[in-house]
Amino acid sequence: MKELICIVCPNGCTLHIDTDSDGFCVSGHKCKKGLLFAQSEMQDPLRTVCTTVRTVFPETPVLSVRTSKEIPKSKIFEIMQHLNGFLLTERIGIGETVIGNICGTDADIIATDNILKE
Amino acid sequence: MKTVDVTVIGGGPAGLAAAIEAHKNGAKVLLVEREARLGGILKQCIHDGFGLVRFGEKLTGPEYAHRFIKEFSDLGIEAMTLTFVTAVDRTSEGYALTLVNRNGMSKVLSKTLILATGCRERTAKQVFIHGTRPAGVYTAGTAQNFVNLCGVMPAKRCVILGSGDIGLIMARRLTLEGAQVLGVYEIQSTPSGLTRNIHQCLHDYGIPLHLSHTVTRVFGHDRMTAVEVAQVDENKAVIESTKQIIECDTLILSVGLIPENEQAESLGIQIDPFTKGPICDQGLQTLLDGVFSCGNALHVNDLVDYVSESGETAGRNAAKWAHDYRTFASIEPGNGIAYTVPQRLNTAEAGGDVVLYFRSKKVYEKALLQVTVNDVPVYEKKYAHLKPPEMERLSIDFAQYDIKTGDTVKVQIREDAAK
Repeated sequence: MKELICIVCPNGCTLHIDTDSDGFCVSGHKCKKGLLFAQSEMQDPLRTVCTTVRTVFPETPVLSVRTSKEIPKSKIFEIMQHLNGFLLTERIGIGETVIGNICGTDADIIATDNILKE
Repeated sequence: MKTVDVTVIGGGPAGLAAAIEAHKNGAKVLLVEREARLGGILKQCIHDGFGLVRFGEKLTGPEYAHRFIKEFSDLGIEAMTLTFVTAVDRTSEGYALTLVNRNGMSKVLSKTLILATGCRERTAKQVFIHGTRPAGVYTAGTAQNFVNLCGVMPAKRCVILGSGDIGLIMARRLTLEGAQVLGVYEIQSTPSGLTRNIHQCLHDYGIPLHLSHTVTRVFGHDRMTAVEVAQVDENKAVIESTKQIIECDTLILSVGLIPENEQAESLGIQIDPFTKGPICDQGLQTLLDGVFSCGNALHVNDLVDYVSESGETAGRNAAKWAHDYRTFASIEPGNGIAYTVPQRLNTAEAGGDVVLYFRSKKVYEKALLQVTVNDVPVYEKKYAHLKPPEMERLSIDFAQYDIKTGDTVKVQIREDAAK
Protein backbone atom coordinates (compact mmCIF):
# COMPACT_ATOMS: atom_id res chain seq x y z
CA MET A 1 0.00 0.00 0.00
CA LYS A 2 1.17 3.50 -0.81
CA GLU A 3 0.37 6.69 1.10
CA LEU A 4 0.08 10.05 -0.57
CA ILE A 5 -0.76 13.49 0.72
CA CYS A 6 -3.29 15.25 -1.47
CA ILE A 7 -1.97 18.68 -2.46
CA VAL A 8 -5.11 19.94 -4.19
CA CYS A 9 -6.42 21.93 -1.23
CA PRO A 10 -5.40 22.84 2.32
CA ASN A 11 -7.24 19.83 3.80
CA GLY A 12 -4.18 17.79 2.79
CA CYS A 13 -5.98 14.45 3.01
CA THR A 14 -3.85 11.33 3.50
CA LEU A 15 -4.71 9.07 0.57
CA HIS A 16 -4.21 5.31 0.78
CA ILE A 17 -3.54 3.57 -2.47
CA ASP A 18 -3.83 -0.21 -2.69
CA THR A 19 -2.35 -1.69 -5.80
CA ASP A 20 -3.57 -5.04 -7.09
CA SER A 21 -3.43 -6.89 -10.38
CA ASP A 22 -6.38 -4.94 -11.81
CA GLY A 23 -4.96 -1.50 -11.00
CA PHE A 24 -5.33 0.45 -7.79
CA CYS A 25 -7.94 1.47 -5.26
CA VAL A 26 -7.91 4.85 -3.49
CA SER A 27 -9.28 5.62 -0.03
CA GLY A 28 -8.99 8.46 2.48
CA HIS A 29 -10.03 11.29 0.15
CA LYS A 30 -12.72 13.70 1.32
CA CYS A 31 -13.74 14.79 -2.15
CA LYS A 32 -13.60 13.75 -5.79
CA LYS A 33 -10.60 16.00 -6.42
CA GLY A 34 -8.60 13.81 -4.05
CA LEU A 35 -9.53 10.71 -6.03
CA LEU A 36 -8.52 12.38 -9.28
CA PHE A 37 -5.28 13.59 -7.68
CA ALA A 38 -4.39 10.06 -6.55
CA GLN A 39 -5.14 8.65 -10.02
CA SER A 40 -3.03 11.36 -11.63
CA GLU A 41 -0.18 10.83 -9.15
CA MET A 42 -0.13 7.12 -9.90
CA GLN A 43 -0.30 7.48 -13.68
CA ASP A 44 1.08 10.84 -14.75
CA PRO A 45 1.82 13.27 -11.90
CA LEU A 46 1.22 16.91 -12.83
CA ARG A 47 2.58 20.12 -11.34
CA THR A 48 2.46 23.84 -12.00
CA VAL A 49 5.96 25.30 -12.41
CA CYS A 50 6.33 28.70 -10.75
CA THR A 51 9.63 30.48 -11.31
CA THR A 52 11.13 33.70 -12.70
CA VAL A 53 12.66 34.80 -15.99
CA ARG A 54 15.44 37.34 -16.38
CA THR A 55 14.56 40.70 -17.91
CA VAL A 56 16.54 43.51 -19.53
CA PHE A 57 14.98 46.04 -17.13
CA PRO A 58 17.41 47.05 -14.37
CA GLU A 59 14.74 47.97 -11.78
CA THR A 60 13.05 44.59 -12.27
CA PRO A 61 15.85 42.03 -12.84
CA VAL A 62 13.45 39.09 -12.81
CA LEU A 63 9.74 38.67 -13.53
CA SER A 64 7.69 35.95 -11.84
CA VAL A 65 6.04 33.48 -14.22
CA ARG A 66 4.24 30.12 -14.15
CA THR A 67 2.96 27.49 -16.51
CA SER A 68 -0.58 28.30 -17.66
CA LYS A 69 -1.67 24.81 -16.61
CA GLU A 70 -0.20 21.77 -14.90
CA ILE A 71 2.56 19.99 -16.78
CA PRO A 72 4.02 16.49 -16.31
CA LYS A 73 6.28 16.39 -13.25
CA SER A 74 8.99 14.76 -15.35
CA LYS A 75 9.22 17.93 -17.48
CA ILE A 76 9.97 20.33 -14.60
CA PHE A 77 13.75 20.46 -14.97
CA GLU A 78 13.63 20.60 -18.75
CA ILE A 79 11.38 23.66 -18.46
CA MET A 80 13.66 25.22 -15.81
CA GLN A 81 16.66 24.73 -18.06
CA HIS A 82 14.86 26.30 -20.98
CA LEU A 83 13.80 29.31 -18.89
CA ASN A 84 17.31 29.80 -17.50
CA GLY A 85 18.46 30.67 -21.00
CA PHE A 86 15.61 33.11 -21.60
CA LEU A 87 15.80 36.92 -21.43
CA LEU A 88 12.60 38.99 -21.43
CA THR A 89 12.86 42.18 -23.49
CA GLU A 90 9.23 43.35 -23.58
CA ARG A 91 7.20 45.03 -20.87
CA ILE A 92 4.40 42.50 -20.61
CA GLY A 93 1.53 42.51 -18.14
CA ILE A 94 0.12 39.95 -15.72
CA GLY A 95 -1.43 36.93 -17.47
CA GLU A 96 0.34 37.63 -20.78
CA THR A 97 2.33 34.90 -22.49
CA VAL A 98 6.11 34.93 -22.16
CA ILE A 99 6.74 31.69 -24.09
CA GLY A 100 4.05 29.67 -25.86
CA ASN A 101 3.85 25.87 -25.70
CA ILE A 102 6.85 25.42 -23.41
CA CYS A 103 8.88 22.28 -24.16
CA GLY A 104 6.00 20.78 -26.13
CA THR A 105 3.76 20.53 -23.06
CA ASP A 106 0.93 22.58 -24.62
CA ALA A 107 1.23 24.91 -21.61
CA ASP A 108 2.35 28.52 -21.95
CA ILE A 109 4.69 30.40 -19.65
CA ILE A 110 2.68 33.39 -18.41
CA ALA A 111 3.60 36.43 -16.31
CA THR A 112 2.20 36.41 -12.76
CA ASP A 113 3.13 39.97 -11.84
CA ASN A 114 2.12 43.28 -13.39
CA ILE A 115 5.25 45.14 -12.25
CA LEU A 116 6.56 45.82 -15.78
CA LYS A 117 3.33 47.67 -16.63
CA GLU A 118 3.29 49.81 -13.47
CA MET B 1 -4.50 68.64 9.29
CA LYS B 2 -5.71 65.99 6.90
CA THR B 3 -8.56 63.98 8.41
CA VAL B 4 -9.85 60.50 7.49
CA ASP B 5 -12.21 57.96 9.02
CA VAL B 6 -9.93 54.94 8.77
CA THR B 7 -6.16 54.70 8.44
CA VAL B 8 -4.82 51.30 7.48
CA ILE B 9 -1.17 50.72 8.36
CA GLY B 10 0.28 48.12 6.01
CA GLY B 11 -0.51 47.39 2.35
CA GLY B 12 -0.26 43.60 2.31
CA PRO B 13 -3.23 41.26 1.88
CA ALA B 14 -4.75 42.17 5.27
CA GLY B 15 -4.41 45.92 4.78
CA LEU B 16 -5.71 45.85 1.20
CA ALA B 17 -8.79 43.83 2.19
CA ALA B 18 -9.36 46.08 5.21
CA ALA B 19 -9.10 49.28 3.14
CA ILE B 20 -11.42 47.97 0.42
CA GLU B 21 -14.04 46.82 2.92
CA ALA B 22 -13.87 50.04 4.96
CA HIS B 23 -14.29 52.07 1.76
CA LYS B 24 -17.27 49.94 0.69
CA ASN B 25 -18.85 50.66 4.08
CA GLY B 26 -18.71 54.38 3.45
CA ALA B 27 -15.48 55.37 5.20
CA LYS B 28 -12.85 57.80 3.93
CA VAL B 29 -9.78 55.59 3.95
CA LEU B 30 -6.02 56.18 3.85
CA LEU B 31 -3.61 53.28 3.48
CA VAL B 32 0.02 53.75 4.52
CA GLU B 33 2.69 51.38 3.18
CA ARG B 34 6.43 51.57 3.85
CA GLU B 35 7.48 49.76 0.66
CA ALA B 36 7.28 51.11 -2.89
CA ARG B 37 4.59 48.65 -4.00
CA LEU B 38 1.42 47.30 -2.44
CA GLY B 39 1.05 43.56 -1.92
CA GLY B 40 3.22 42.93 1.13
CA ILE B 41 5.04 39.61 1.34
CA LEU B 42 2.88 38.18 -1.48
CA LYS B 43 5.11 40.05 -3.95
CA GLN B 44 7.89 37.54 -3.34
CA CYS B 45 5.70 34.44 -2.83
CA ILE B 46 5.75 33.44 -6.50
CA HIS B 47 4.67 29.81 -5.82
CA ASP B 48 1.05 28.81 -6.31
CA GLY B 49 -1.59 27.66 -3.83
CA PHE B 50 -3.01 31.02 -2.79
CA GLY B 51 -6.73 31.67 -2.95
CA LEU B 52 -8.05 28.09 -2.93
CA VAL B 53 -10.53 28.87 -0.17
CA ARG B 54 -11.54 32.28 -1.48
CA PHE B 55 -11.43 31.97 -5.27
CA GLY B 56 -11.37 28.18 -5.72
CA GLU B 57 -8.22 28.64 -7.81
CA LYS B 58 -4.53 28.01 -7.24
CA LEU B 59 -3.04 31.48 -7.69
CA THR B 60 0.53 32.62 -7.12
CA GLY B 61 1.16 35.29 -4.47
CA PRO B 62 1.55 38.19 -6.93
CA GLU B 63 -1.62 37.08 -8.77
CA TYR B 64 -3.61 36.94 -5.52
CA ALA B 65 -2.31 40.39 -4.51
CA HIS B 66 -3.05 41.81 -7.96
CA ARG B 67 -6.78 41.05 -7.62
CA PHE B 68 -6.94 43.16 -4.47
CA ILE B 69 -4.59 45.89 -5.72
CA LYS B 70 -6.71 46.27 -8.85
CA GLU B 71 -9.94 46.55 -6.85
CA PHE B 72 -8.23 48.96 -4.45
CA SER B 73 -7.13 51.31 -7.23
CA ASP B 74 -10.37 50.93 -9.21
CA LEU B 75 -12.21 52.16 -6.10
CA GLY B 76 -9.88 55.16 -5.96
CA ILE B 77 -8.74 54.56 -2.39
CA GLU B 78 -5.80 56.72 -1.34
CA ALA B 79 -2.49 54.97 -0.65
CA MET B 80 0.76 56.54 0.52
CA THR B 81 3.68 54.26 -0.36
CA LEU B 82 7.30 54.60 0.77
CA THR B 83 5.78 56.12 3.89
CA PHE B 84 6.47 55.27 7.51
CA VAL B 85 4.24 55.86 10.52
CA THR B 86 6.69 57.16 13.10
CA ALA B 87 4.27 58.06 15.88
CA VAL B 88 0.64 57.54 16.83
CA ASP B 89 -0.91 59.79 19.47
CA ARG B 90 -4.32 59.39 20.97
CA THR B 91 -6.20 62.69 21.06
CA SER B 92 -9.75 63.64 21.96
CA GLU B 93 -10.63 63.85 18.24
CA GLY B 94 -9.04 60.56 17.26
CA TYR B 95 -5.60 59.21 16.44
CA ALA B 96 -2.96 61.66 15.26
CA LEU B 97 -0.42 59.93 13.03
CA THR B 98 3.00 61.29 12.15
CA LEU B 99 4.01 60.15 8.68
CA VAL B 100 7.45 60.41 7.11
CA ASN B 101 8.27 59.98 3.43
CA ARG B 102 10.36 61.58 0.68
CA ASN B 103 8.25 64.75 0.86
CA GLY B 104 9.07 65.16 4.52
CA MET B 105 6.83 64.87 7.54
CA SER B 106 3.06 65.13 7.62
CA LYS B 107 0.23 64.59 10.08
CA VAL B 108 -3.08 62.82 9.67
CA LEU B 109 -5.98 62.73 12.08
CA SER B 110 -7.89 59.46 11.88
CA LYS B 111 -11.04 58.37 13.69
CA THR B 112 -9.94 54.75 13.70
CA LEU B 113 -6.80 52.77 12.97
CA ILE B 114 -6.33 49.34 11.43
CA LEU B 115 -3.01 47.71 12.23
CA ALA B 116 -2.19 45.41 9.31
CA THR B 117 1.55 45.36 9.84
CA GLY B 118 2.10 41.66 9.24
CA CYS B 119 4.81 39.66 10.93
CA ARG B 120 8.57 39.23 11.02
CA GLU B 121 10.72 36.15 10.80
CA ARG B 122 12.54 34.87 13.82
CA THR B 123 16.24 35.38 13.09
CA ALA B 124 19.47 33.50 13.84
CA LYS B 125 19.89 35.67 16.95
CA GLN B 126 16.65 34.29 18.33
CA VAL B 127 17.56 30.62 17.99
CA PHE B 128 20.50 29.36 19.94
CA ILE B 129 23.25 28.37 17.50
CA HIS B 130 26.93 28.30 18.48
CA GLY B 131 29.91 29.08 16.29
CA THR B 132 31.28 31.86 14.14
CA ARG B 133 29.30 34.49 12.27
CA PRO B 134 30.08 33.90 8.60
CA ALA B 135 28.05 35.11 5.64
CA GLY B 136 25.51 32.54 4.50
CA VAL B 137 22.94 32.54 7.31
CA TYR B 138 19.64 33.80 5.95
CA THR B 139 16.03 33.68 7.00
CA ALA B 140 13.88 31.89 4.43
CA GLY B 141 12.10 35.15 3.59
CA THR B 142 15.40 36.92 2.90
CA ALA B 143 16.51 34.08 0.64
CA GLN B 144 13.11 34.24 -1.08
CA ASN B 145 13.51 37.96 -1.68
CA PHE B 146 17.00 37.41 -3.14
CA VAL B 147 15.90 34.69 -5.54
CA ASN B 148 12.41 35.83 -6.55
CA LEU B 149 12.75 39.63 -6.63
CA CYS B 150 16.46 40.37 -6.98
CA GLY B 151 17.24 37.36 -9.18
CA VAL B 152 20.28 36.49 -7.07
CA MET B 153 21.10 32.98 -5.82
CA PRO B 154 22.18 32.97 -2.17
CA ALA B 155 23.18 29.29 -2.00
CA LYS B 156 24.95 26.46 -3.78
CA ARG B 157 24.79 23.79 -1.07
CA CYS B 158 22.42 24.52 1.75
CA VAL B 159 20.85 23.18 4.90
CA ILE B 160 17.44 24.37 6.07
CA LEU B 161 16.68 24.66 9.77
CA GLY B 162 13.00 24.53 10.62
CA SER B 163 10.14 23.08 8.62
CA GLY B 164 7.98 26.21 8.45
CA ASP B 165 6.16 26.72 5.18
CA ILE B 166 8.55 29.33 3.76
CA GLY B 167 11.48 27.01 4.49
CA LEU B 168 9.79 24.17 2.59
CA ILE B 169 8.88 26.48 -0.29
CA MET B 170 12.50 27.68 -0.44
CA ALA B 171 13.82 24.11 -0.39
CA ARG B 172 11.94 23.55 -3.64
CA ARG B 173 12.72 26.95 -5.10
CA LEU B 174 16.48 26.67 -4.52
CA THR B 175 16.46 23.13 -5.93
CA LEU B 176 14.68 24.36 -9.07
CA GLU B 177 17.30 27.08 -9.47
CA GLY B 178 20.12 24.56 -9.27
CA ALA B 179 21.19 24.58 -5.62
CA GLN B 180 21.70 21.40 -3.66
CA VAL B 181 19.38 21.27 -0.65
CA LEU B 182 20.94 18.72 1.68
CA GLY B 183 18.07 18.43 4.11
CA VAL B 184 15.50 20.13 6.29
CA TYR B 185 16.15 19.81 10.04
CA GLU B 186 13.25 20.25 12.45
CA ILE B 187 13.68 20.22 16.23
CA GLN B 188 10.06 19.23 16.83
CA SER B 189 8.92 15.66 16.31
CA THR B 190 6.23 16.79 13.84
CA PRO B 191 6.61 19.12 10.83
CA SER B 192 5.61 22.74 11.41
CA GLY B 193 4.60 23.41 7.79
CA LEU B 194 1.49 22.33 5.91
CA THR B 195 1.36 18.64 4.94
CA ARG B 196 0.87 19.42 1.28
CA ASN B 197 4.07 21.49 1.30
CA ILE B 198 6.00 18.54 2.75
CA HIS B 199 4.72 16.51 -0.17
CA GLN B 200 5.12 18.90 -3.08
CA CYS B 201 8.29 20.68 -1.90
CA LEU B 202 10.30 17.89 -0.27
CA HIS B 203 9.00 14.50 -1.48
CA ASP B 204 8.80 15.66 -5.09
CA TYR B 205 12.50 16.53 -5.09
CA GLY B 206 13.80 13.84 -2.77
CA ILE B 207 14.83 16.34 -0.08
CA PRO B 208 15.11 14.58 3.29
CA LEU B 209 13.22 15.88 6.35
CA HIS B 210 14.98 15.12 9.65
CA LEU B 211 12.51 15.46 12.52
CA SER B 212 13.81 15.82 16.11
CA HIS B 213 17.04 17.26 14.71
CA THR B 214 18.60 20.68 14.98
CA VAL B 215 21.63 22.69 13.91
CA THR B 216 24.01 23.07 16.84
CA ARG B 217 26.96 24.98 15.36
CA VAL B 218 27.97 27.09 12.38
CA PHE B 219 31.50 26.96 10.90
CA GLY B 220 33.30 29.36 8.57
CA HIS B 221 35.29 32.57 8.62
CA ASP B 222 34.08 34.86 5.83
CA ARG B 223 31.62 32.43 4.27
CA MET B 224 29.99 29.48 5.94
CA THR B 225 31.79 26.20 5.33
CA ALA B 226 29.74 23.73 7.36
CA VAL B 227 27.10 23.23 10.03
CA GLU B 228 26.94 20.72 12.84
CA VAL B 229 23.61 18.94 13.20
CA ALA B 230 22.39 16.60 15.92
CA GLN B 231 19.37 14.65 17.01
CA VAL B 232 17.47 15.83 20.07
CA ASP B 233 15.66 13.78 22.70
CA GLU B 234 12.03 14.24 23.79
CA ASN B 235 13.11 17.20 25.98
CA LYS B 236 14.81 18.78 22.95
CA ALA B 237 18.23 18.22 24.53
CA VAL B 238 20.99 17.50 22.02
CA ILE B 239 22.14 13.86 21.91
CA GLU B 240 25.93 14.31 21.79
CA SER B 241 26.66 10.99 20.07
CA THR B 242 24.51 11.95 17.07
CA LYS B 243 26.43 15.12 16.18
CA GLN B 244 27.67 15.28 12.61
CA ILE B 245 29.24 17.90 10.36
CA ILE B 246 27.62 18.78 7.04
CA GLU B 247 29.59 20.82 4.52
CA CYS B 248 27.48 23.63 3.09
CA ASP B 249 27.72 27.31 2.20
CA THR B 250 24.30 28.41 3.40
CA LEU B 251 21.98 27.89 6.34
CA ILE B 252 18.38 28.92 5.75
CA LEU B 253 16.23 29.53 8.81
CA SER B 254 12.52 28.89 8.86
CA VAL B 255 12.02 28.93 12.59
CA GLY B 256 8.85 30.86 13.13
CA LEU B 257 7.12 34.17 12.59
CA ILE B 258 6.30 36.85 15.14
CA PRO B 259 3.51 39.40 14.63
CA GLU B 260 4.85 42.92 14.32
CA ASN B 261 3.12 45.10 16.87
CA GLU B 262 5.41 48.01 17.66
CA GLN B 263 2.65 50.55 17.00
CA ALA B 264 0.19 48.56 19.09
CA GLU B 265 2.69 48.37 21.93
CA SER B 266 3.44 52.09 21.74
CA LEU B 267 -0.28 52.68 22.25
CA GLY B 268 -0.28 50.37 25.26
CA ILE B 269 -2.56 47.85 23.56
CA GLN B 270 -2.79 44.56 25.43
CA ILE B 271 -1.06 41.72 23.58
CA ASP B 272 -1.96 38.02 23.82
CA PRO B 273 1.22 36.33 25.09
CA PHE B 274 0.57 33.25 22.95
CA THR B 275 -0.40 34.76 19.58
CA LYS B 276 1.85 37.84 20.13
CA GLY B 277 -0.96 39.84 18.53
CA PRO B 278 -3.42 42.26 20.16
CA ILE B 279 -6.29 40.82 22.17
CA CYS B 280 -9.42 41.52 20.10
CA ASP B 281 -13.18 41.21 20.19
CA GLN B 282 -15.26 39.61 17.41
CA GLY B 283 -15.09 42.81 15.34
CA LEU B 284 -11.27 42.52 15.56
CA GLN B 285 -11.18 45.71 17.61
CA THR B 286 -8.34 45.66 20.12
CA LEU B 287 -8.98 46.54 23.77
CA LEU B 288 -8.16 50.15 22.84
CA ASP B 289 -11.32 51.77 21.39
CA GLY B 290 -11.06 52.53 17.68
CA VAL B 291 -7.93 50.47 17.00
CA PHE B 292 -8.36 47.28 14.97
CA SER B 293 -5.97 44.47 14.09
CA CYS B 294 -5.95 41.93 11.27
CA GLY B 295 -3.86 39.49 9.26
CA ASN B 296 -0.51 38.28 10.51
CA ALA B 297 -0.19 41.20 12.94
CA LEU B 298 -3.18 39.70 14.76
CA HIS B 299 -1.90 36.11 14.71
CA VAL B 300 0.28 34.19 12.28
CA ASN B 301 -1.90 32.61 9.58
CA ASP B 302 -1.00 29.76 7.26
CA LEU B 303 -3.47 30.71 4.51
CA VAL B 304 -3.76 34.16 2.97
CA ASP B 305 -7.48 33.58 2.41
CA TYR B 306 -8.04 33.98 6.16
CA VAL B 307 -5.72 36.99 6.27
CA SER B 308 -7.99 38.71 3.76
CA GLU B 309 -11.07 37.62 5.69
CA SER B 310 -9.77 39.13 8.93
CA GLY B 311 -8.88 42.31 7.05
CA GLU B 312 -12.44 42.59 5.81
CA THR B 313 -13.83 42.06 9.32
CA ALA B 314 -11.57 44.79 10.70
CA GLY B 315 -12.32 47.13 7.76
CA ARG B 316 -16.09 46.72 8.03
CA ASN B 317 -16.12 47.31 11.77
CA ALA B 318 -13.69 50.23 11.66
CA ALA B 319 -15.92 51.97 9.09
CA LYS B 320 -18.98 51.48 11.29
CA TRP B 321 -17.21 52.40 14.53
CA ALA B 322 -18.90 55.03 16.67
CA HIS B 323 -17.48 55.24 20.18
CA ASP B 324 -19.81 52.50 21.41
CA TYR B 325 -19.32 51.31 24.94
CA ARG B 326 -18.10 47.71 24.98
CA THR B 327 -18.53 45.03 27.62
CA PHE B 328 -16.80 41.69 27.35
CA ALA B 329 -17.10 37.99 27.89
CA SER B 330 -13.83 36.15 27.48
CA ILE B 331 -13.05 33.41 24.97
CA GLU B 332 -10.37 31.09 26.29
CA PRO B 333 -8.44 28.13 24.94
CA GLY B 334 -9.21 25.00 26.96
CA ASN B 335 -7.77 21.49 26.82
CA GLY B 336 -5.77 20.81 23.66
CA ILE B 337 -6.24 24.28 22.16
CA ALA B 338 -3.24 26.58 21.73
CA TYR B 339 -5.15 29.81 21.18
CA THR B 340 -8.33 31.39 19.90
CA VAL B 341 -8.86 34.62 17.97
CA PRO B 342 -10.83 36.63 18.99
CA GLN B 343 -10.13 36.36 22.71
CA ARG B 344 -13.11 38.52 23.73
CA LEU B 345 -16.78 38.67 22.87
CA ASN B 346 -18.28 42.15 22.95
CA THR B 347 -21.58 41.42 24.67
CA ALA B 348 -22.96 44.87 23.79
CA GLU B 349 -22.91 43.89 20.11
CA ALA B 350 -26.10 41.99 19.29
CA GLY B 351 -25.91 38.62 17.59
CA GLY B 352 -24.59 37.63 14.21
CA ASP B 353 -22.11 34.96 13.31
CA VAL B 354 -18.75 35.18 15.02
CA VAL B 355 -15.74 33.79 13.17
CA LEU B 356 -13.44 31.99 15.53
CA TYR B 357 -9.91 31.01 14.50
CA PHE B 358 -8.02 28.45 16.56
CA ARG B 359 -5.12 26.01 16.52
CA SER B 360 -4.74 22.73 18.36
CA LYS B 361 -1.75 22.22 20.66
CA LYS B 362 -0.81 18.85 19.16
CA VAL B 363 -1.81 16.45 16.39
CA TYR B 364 -5.23 14.87 16.97
CA GLU B 365 -6.81 12.14 14.89
CA LYS B 366 -10.59 12.12 15.34
CA ALA B 367 -11.13 14.92 17.80
CA LEU B 368 -14.31 16.29 19.32
CA LEU B 369 -14.21 20.03 19.68
CA GLN B 370 -16.46 21.49 22.32
CA VAL B 371 -17.45 25.06 23.11
CA THR B 372 -18.69 25.75 26.63
CA VAL B 373 -20.20 28.82 28.26
CA ASN B 374 -19.37 28.93 31.97
CA ASP B 375 -18.50 25.21 31.66
CA VAL B 376 -21.88 24.29 30.10
CA PRO B 377 -21.40 22.67 26.66
CA VAL B 378 -23.25 24.59 23.93
CA TYR B 379 -21.60 23.47 20.71
CA GLU B 380 -19.72 20.43 19.42
CA LYS B 381 -17.96 19.60 16.19
CA LYS B 382 -16.07 16.49 15.09
CA TYR B 383 -12.74 16.76 13.30
CA ALA B 384 -11.06 13.92 11.39
CA HIS B 385 -7.75 15.52 12.29
CA LEU B 386 -6.42 18.65 13.92
CA LYS B 387 -2.82 19.75 13.47
CA PRO B 388 -1.02 22.75 14.99
CA PRO B 389 0.30 23.99 11.60
CA GLU B 390 -3.22 24.10 10.20
CA MET B 391 -5.39 26.87 11.57
CA GLU B 392 -9.08 26.06 11.89
CA ARG B 393 -12.00 28.40 11.35
CA LEU B 394 -15.39 28.12 13.01
CA SER B 395 -18.42 30.32 12.52
CA ILE B 396 -20.81 30.34 15.46
CA ASP B 397 -23.84 32.50 16.22
CA PHE B 398 -23.27 33.21 19.90
CA ALA B 399 -26.51 35.21 20.24
CA GLN B 400 -28.49 31.99 20.81
CA TYR B 401 -26.47 31.18 23.95
CA ASP B 402 -27.39 34.38 25.82
CA ILE B 403 -23.83 35.23 26.80
CA LYS B 404 -23.47 37.92 29.43
CA THR B 405 -20.67 40.25 30.42
CA GLY B 406 -18.06 38.43 32.46
CA ASP B 407 -19.01 34.98 31.14
CA THR B 408 -16.29 32.57 30.02
CA VAL B 409 -16.52 30.87 26.65
CA LYS B 410 -14.09 27.99 26.41
CA VAL B 411 -12.95 26.14 23.31
CA GLN B 412 -11.59 22.70 24.16
CA ILE B 413 -11.00 19.18 22.92
CA ARG B 414 -12.85 16.29 24.54
CA GLU B 415 -10.29 13.52 24.20
CA ASP B 416 -12.50 10.88 25.86
CA ALA B 417 -15.55 11.38 23.63
CA ALA B 418 -13.94 11.46 20.23
CA LYS B 419 -14.05 7.89 18.97
